[in-house]
Amino acid sequence: MTVESFLAIEATGLVKSFGDTLAVDGVDLAVRRGAVYGVLGPNGAGKTTTIRMLATLTRPDAGQARVLGHDIVADAGAVRRAVSLTGQLASVDEDLTGRENLVLLGRLLGLGRAAAKHRAGELLDAFGLTEASGRLVKQYSGGMRRRLDIAASLVVTPEVMFLDEPTTGLDPRSRNQVWAIVRALAAEGTTVLLCTQYLEEADQLAEGIAVIDDGRVIAEGTPSQLKASVGSGALHVRLLDAAQRPEASEVLERALGPVVLDADPAALTVPCREADRGAEVLAELGRRGVGIADFSLGQPSLDEVFLALTGHPAESTPDPGDVVPTLDEGRSA
Amino acid sequence: MTTASTPAAFTPADEAAVRRAIASSARPPEPSRASAALSFAWRGMLKVRHVPEQLLDVTITPVMFVLMFTYLFGGAIAGSTGAYLDYILPGILVMTVLFNTVYSGVGLNTDLTKGVVDRFRSLPVWRPAPLVGSLLGDSVRYLASGGVIILLGVALGFRPGAGPLGAVAALGLVVLFAFGLSWIFTTLGLLLRSPSAVMNAGFMAVFPLTFLSNVFVEPQTLPSALEAFVDVNPISTLATTSRGLMAGNAEVGDIVVVLAVAAALTLVFAPITTRLYRRG
Repeated sequence: MTVESFLAIEATGLVKSFGDTLAVDGVDLAVRRGAVYGVLGPNGAGKTTTIRMLATLTRPDAGQARVLGHDIVADAGAVRRAVSLTGQLASVDEDLTGRENLVLLGRLLGLGRAAAKHRAGELLDAFGLTEASGRLVKQYSGGMRRRLDIAASLVVTPEVMFLDEPTTGLDPRSRNQVWAIVRALAAEGTTVLLCTQYLEEADQLAEGIAVIDDGRVIAEGTPSQLKASVGSGALHVRLLDAAQRPEASEVLERALGPVVLDADPAALTVPCREADRGAEVLAELGRRGVGIADFSLGQPSLDEVFLALTGHPAESTPDPGDVVPTLDEGRSA
Repeated sequence: MTTASTPAAFTPADEAAVRRAIASSARPPEPSRASAALSFAWRGMLKVRHVPEQLLDVTITPVMFVLMFTYLFGGAIAGSTGAYLDYILPGILVMTVLFNTVYSGVGLNTDLTKGVVDRFRSLPVWRPAPLVGSLLGDSVRYLASGGVIILLGVALGFRPGAGPLGAVAALGLVVLFAFGLSWIFTTLGLLLRSPSAVMNAGFMAVFPLTFLSNVFVEPQTLPSALEAFVDVNPISTLATTSRGLMAGNAEVGDIVVVLAVAAALTLVFAPITTRLYRRG
């Protein structure tokens, strides 16, 4: 077996511009078969254009890419036979019912009339949409539409699935449902390329992440590698008695390095590369009679990673948990 | 905020159902070209079923034209409303169906603004299938609106000389021609930015082509330059042939010309449309 055959997606130097705008400026990707791989970046970073090139919807201006060994330009038909795309805009027909959408796709993928109907019923059931199956999609809520959209990509299980910002604009409950579906896909062996601007999403789902900014991959690795590459982790300590902070600060500083005094008068933070050293220092505080209310030893968040890599925070990245479900959710695209 | 603590609605059982659904599907052989196109045609018909009003839009104007021309101008143009109805009904049939073709371009342009086109374009199907299919679906609309006009004519006293079969033949020929002509408007639909731009450009083309033909009046009364244009306008040939089919005296040569023009339009504009559609 050659090395390539382990890869579901391999792209080198993909370039695409629209007029004067260089949307994608030399993107390289290597995604293992069966992996969930995150492409993480702010709006306008080139994520969607990259995914559209890989799904054969847009031809690259330069560079090469293979999906399951098929060239995306020379062998686009073979690529289309193996992939499914769930685009950023809902890729279902709003003027049809949910069931009609799935039956139509089943027919277009070669299922017979009865088989297409059966498959549609199976998917509607699995995705909790049976009750709404006879309603026009334009009357669906954002979360239902997204689930139907993903179901539409699974009428015939693809070997590679492209998911472009699957939880943008969803409330936390719908987001969790989409995450569960992505995990189920991965468990069944489908390779998922997941574009997202939510750092938490990539961290939760992806085994590998490419951070993309201004059309370029600026960092690549597992979530922990990315965090480690930015810097050490940190030990956060909160004391029972704020008056003891100077003493605690002295101990921590001597053992681990420069201490940051948090806004909370009882809290301190200190860089900590090894968990063992952290534990020793905590024991030392205990011996000196410094009472600890709580402590945590953590890696930097992906938000901090993004800031460190790009010099600017990830744009418009509310924590998905903070997205307020909107009343007119059903009408949002 | 309370929503953040909402538990996932997916229970492990649901997740298992999703996994089963994913695991159970095997890839069937690709559909034939005809099957893919017919599936897209079915999509078009479903839309009509969900929003039947859209059929009204394209039928009300021609109905008004039949009534207005027959009773307002009929006496003046042909001596009697009855005589004019015989002349104008096949002509209005042509006009009705041709006006409908513009809506095919408008519909395609509207489709492009939606994400579903991306899914269609990423499917492993015969590349022109979405376009051929939607035009086939539209052809059903053409048939329906043409049928309404013929039935209205019959209600007003129109009796085709060749009987119902003649009327059906005329309708069939007009719809075939319209299928060819539609490709111009689907090309426009892909080139122009908005549905209303397609509508304007489409009617700017269809109006003069229809009025500068023998749909409403015999060309003999026209200035010679205009008469020359009317004589070579394929819409004139189409109107003459549909009159002939209804009366039972159509010329085979004319039928061949109409079909050849439809075929030529398809051969030129279908590949252009397909290429533009793929490019996105």
